[in-house]
Amino acid sequence: MARSERRPNRPALALHVPEPPYRPGDTPDYSNLEIPEAGSAPRPDVACDDSETHPLVNHLVRVLDDDHKAVGPWDPKLDPEVLRKIYRDMVTVRIFDDRMYRAQRQGKTSFYMKCTGEEAIATAAAAAMDAEDIHFPTYRQQGLLVARGYPLVKMMCQIYSNSGDHMKGRQLPIMYSDKEKGFFSISGNLGTQFPQAVGWAMASAIKGDSRIAMGWIGDGATAEGDFHAAMTFASVYQAPVILATVNNQWAISSFSGIAGAEQATFASRAIGYGMAGLRVDGNDALAVYAAVRWASERARSNNGPTMIEFFTYRAEGHSTSDDPTGYRPKEESEAWPLGDPIERLKAHMIGLGEWDEERDSALHEELSAEVRKSQKEAEKLGVLSDQGDENKESMFEDVYAEMPWHIAEQRDAALKEGE
Amino acid sequence: MAVMNMIQALNDAHKVAMRADEDIVVFGEDAGYFGGVFRVTEGLQKEFGKERAFDTPISENGIVATAVGMAAYGLKPVIEIQFADYIYPGYDQIVSEVAKMRYRTAGEWTMPMVIRSPYGGGIYGGQTHSQSPESLFTHIAGLKTVIPSTPYDAKGLLLAAIEDPDPVLFFEPKRIYNGPFSGHHDQPVVPWSKRAEAEVPEGHYTVPIGKANVVREGEALTVLAYGTMVHVARAAMEEADVDAEIIDLRTLVPLDIETIEKSVRKTGRCLIVHEAPRTSGFGAELSALVTERCFYHLEAPVERVTGWDTPYPHSYEWTYFPGPARIKTALKKVMAD
Ligand SMILES: Cc1ncc(C[n+]2csc(CCOP(=O)(O)OP(=O)(O)O)c2C)c(N)n1
Ligand SMILES: [Mg+2]
Repeated sequence: MARSERRPNRPALALHVPEPPYRPGDTPDYSNLEIPEAGSAPRPDVACDDSETHPLVNHLVRVLDDDHKAVGPWDPKLDPEVLRKIYRDMVTVRIFDDRMYRAQRQGKTSFYMKCTGEEAIATAAAAAMDAEDIHFPTYRQQGLLVARGYPLVKMMCQIYSNSGDHMKGRQLPIMYSDKEKGFFSISGNLGTQFPQAVGWAMASAIKGDSRIAMGWIGDGATAEGDFHAAMTFASVYQAPVILATVNNQWAISSFSGIAGAEQATFASRAIGYGMAGLRVDGNDALAVYAAVRWASERARSNNGPTMIEFFTYRAEGHSTSDDPTGYRPKEESEAWPLGDPIERLKAHMIGLGEWDEERDSALHEELSAEVRKSQKEAEKLGVLSDQGDENKESMFEDVYAEMPWHIAEQRDAALKEGE
Repeated sequence: MAVMNMIQALNDAHKVAMRADEDIVVFGEDAGYFGGVFRVTEGLQKEFGKERAFDTPISENGIVATAVGMAAYGLKPVIEIQFADYIYPGYDQIVSEVAKMRYRTAGEWTMPMVIRSPYGGGIYGGQTHSQSPESLFTHIAGLKTVIPSTPYDAKGLLLAAIEDPDPVLFFEPKRIYNGPFSGHHDQPVVPWSKRAEAEVPEGHYTVPIGKANVVREGEALTVLAYGTMVHVARAAMEEADVDAEIIDLRTLVPLDIETIEKSVRKTGRCLIVHEAPRTSGFGAELSALVTERCFYHLEAPVERVTGWDTPYPHSYEWTYFPGPARIKTALKKVMAD
């Protein structure tokens, strides 16, 4: 097929391929990134028309200011006990991540993913919702399980695929699931959970229940068709759901611009669907709490879904299989202007007189010991690398409720194999 | 000649093709600047520019659909789906559009493109980094399906696929990207550089689509395999010391039926080996074809060695993987008088 020659009197068309501002070797400088003042975002009524939130999709809900004081209408005015609980959960997640990352490096399991720099998001969201509400998470919301009191040992058993894993080692490490804690099975296939959260919320509405759902997705995965399906169904049925995009700036090696962030914020997608939208400082635990609280009250009072963008930064590699120095400057996470969520909340609590360095090091020690103890306990049940094939027949269970003949035959063959 | 692993050979094929044909564009998730999570497209953006080698949003549907549009314009997209396990969001575009375009328009619109994707297990990847979905594509009229098993074939087949007038699914056995696999996971990986098939000619050459490769001639039985399993089967035959004729299919559709028939008529026995689950796997098609066409030459029923009919589990990797033990059991059966 011949292509016609370009007409000389018309401009040559050009393809725009977004490029991140900095690549390895560059010195990242985000000092002119627009970060609205803490406290400057207005807080509309939870029952407002969705359009009233739309200025917020290009703003940033922030509570903690540069001096770590809580300011403005979004200040959730949390009880110090709640602050300390969120803080404790964040620190637990960070220590847990470090231990498990190292366990992978020591060859005890195949894979691990940290959420370093993003700890405030899942832990504060969990605090803002009811324990009976359900989450449809991605692999970077381990903080939900930690915040809901899920035993660290059980998380580790999942990571080791050992006999303490109630999913029988079927899933890749960190692809947790726990029905009791309202934590839906994590999928390795990006985006799938987002419209599923909407379906759960629709079911809750169909049944006149009072529980709501929260769906989670990464900035990169918003490109999947499932994102659109979620937004459409949530809007059409005004489902009692919170749809959260965790914009950590990166999707493996591609920056958020490859997912459309050069042209519009992720929060602004809410506008086109006629949905409430909020853009939130994801490194500010108080802002995260306040936004999720707002959206959950809105959903629970039959005022419809909310899209929340959590603006944050993936401070480490995508996973244990990834080395980010191949595509972004080493210093970029240092240069990122929103700071460390753990340090920020700590400084805030100290400012309130509700925390001090002494208590802080005691807490770190306590949690490190707890994580180490959990790890020992989990490793008593084995690690992936020393797994034998005892109980291998379990591999054939749960494909169906009842095992059909062909799988039974295969199970029997597998048991004889190698004899 | 250069010594290359499979990744380097595939990378080289891209470069040779893109230098010769300006209409070739390469894109996929992480495939631009970074060169892909397995580095198959490394350096393409640097050499050919961002308009010919670029990162895409994470939408397999979007990747395939825009490739359809580009092919309609007259470009030749060579696209990467990061893992075969993630091809499903693009399945509708592949099955309903890419595969059927030539037929539904009687050749007015055609879809020359290559859809590359790493596939297969043996890497502790769990159910979302281990699947072998080839039969979901071999079942679809209008698609060709190619699976290389060596660096030499990888380059030659990819160049042939790029030059093919029809859409080609090009599945790359990621377990053997860096070296062949005997099936003995407790033994160290032998790098490709130790093997003759890693000798890759410089510049352009093709390995024809639709032609199988007789990897080893023999009289006792015919072994049909592709991808990683060519190496696993070969090691198993050597260990069992049987005079097997091993055929690397290389292309599943269109199948080199002539080579298969000739071999089975000679040996009278046939063993089929693949990683994908058994039920409706490509082995079922092979078994039916061999039985239909060579029935009177067969001295024993055709045997299949496959993955089990379960999702690919993360633990029990080696219970799932059709390794040496499973092959030996089947070998005994197919060799029985
Ligand atoms: C359907 C699908 N396509 C591709 C992948 C491979 N993949 C895994 S994570 C990832 C990047 C996701 O980035 P983002 O959504 O921003 O989440 P983040 O990892 O930053 O939390 C990709 C491409 C996948 N898991 N599923
Ligand atoms: Mg991301």
